[in-house]
Amino acid sequence: MMEKNYGSKRLVVGAHYGFRDWLAQRVTAVLMALFTIVLVAQVLFGARLGYERWSAIFSAQWMKVVTFVVIIALLYHAWVGMRDIWMDYVKPVAAKLVLQVFTLVWLVGCAGWAVQVLWRL
Amino acid sequence: MAETTQSRNRPVYRNIHVTQIVGYRLPPAGIVSILHRVSGALMFLLLPFVIWLFDVSLTSEISYERFTSAFVAGLGFLPGWFMKLVALALIWAYLHHFIAGVRHLWMDMTHSVSKAQGQVSAWITLGASAGLTLALAVKLFI
Repeated sequence: MMEKNYGSKRLVVGAHYGFRDWLAQRVTAVLMALFTIVLVAQVLFGARLGYERWSAIFSAQWMKVVTFVVIIALLYHAWVGMRDIWMDYVKPVAAKLVLQVFTLVWLVGCAGWAVQVLWRL
Repeated sequence: MAETTQSRNRPVYRNIHVTQIVGYRLPPAGIVSILHRVSGALMFLLLPFVIWLFDVSLTSEISYERFTSAFVAGLGFLPGWFMKLVALALIWAYLHHFIAGVRHLWMDMTHSVSKAQGQVSAWITLGASAGLTLALAVKLFI
């Protein structure tokens, strides 16, 4: 085994989820930021905002798809962030596990509800 | 590293205890950082409330009425002004998280990580999120 163990071919140990989550958090953040701009632009420009216009914004099929993508992005983004918080401040393994499971249930439940609202429209 | 009398007398914090936080003076970048966490956790906890707002504001014209009246007549035993305060807390959390996030992306992309740059961008972040929150508070309450 005289393979080169430096540079881009360096053998690294670990599960690699640190870098993957770091990158995912930034990618999902950019998606949500762009969505915010798209939504705010639609709210600000146009007639006076009431139920008609508000529901029309989310009735468009492209907006439903974009919103769905953002809901999933939010789910992942919030998972990474909350897991970081639990890892930093909660040391007992049992408590950390319970809180992480709670976080997942909370986020998946919220995402399901949001998707239901979206496609009921 | 050269050790001076001054640096030797400085308080040393390892594993900061909750009771020490009060006396610990964070630099502006540190304040932005901890508020990034606080705002994120706040939005996480209030996520069901946000989706409830999404639900009632979209489902029907009747439920839209319930959405608007929550901030005027109140919701259950919670008065309308309290609901507005919760909305304002969410607005601040979103703005701070957004601007602090953009600051992060900017630092990642341009490697702007000097002490001076960090300080200036931290003050900009704190000022912009507080200023925008104040402007929206005026719109919300007046």
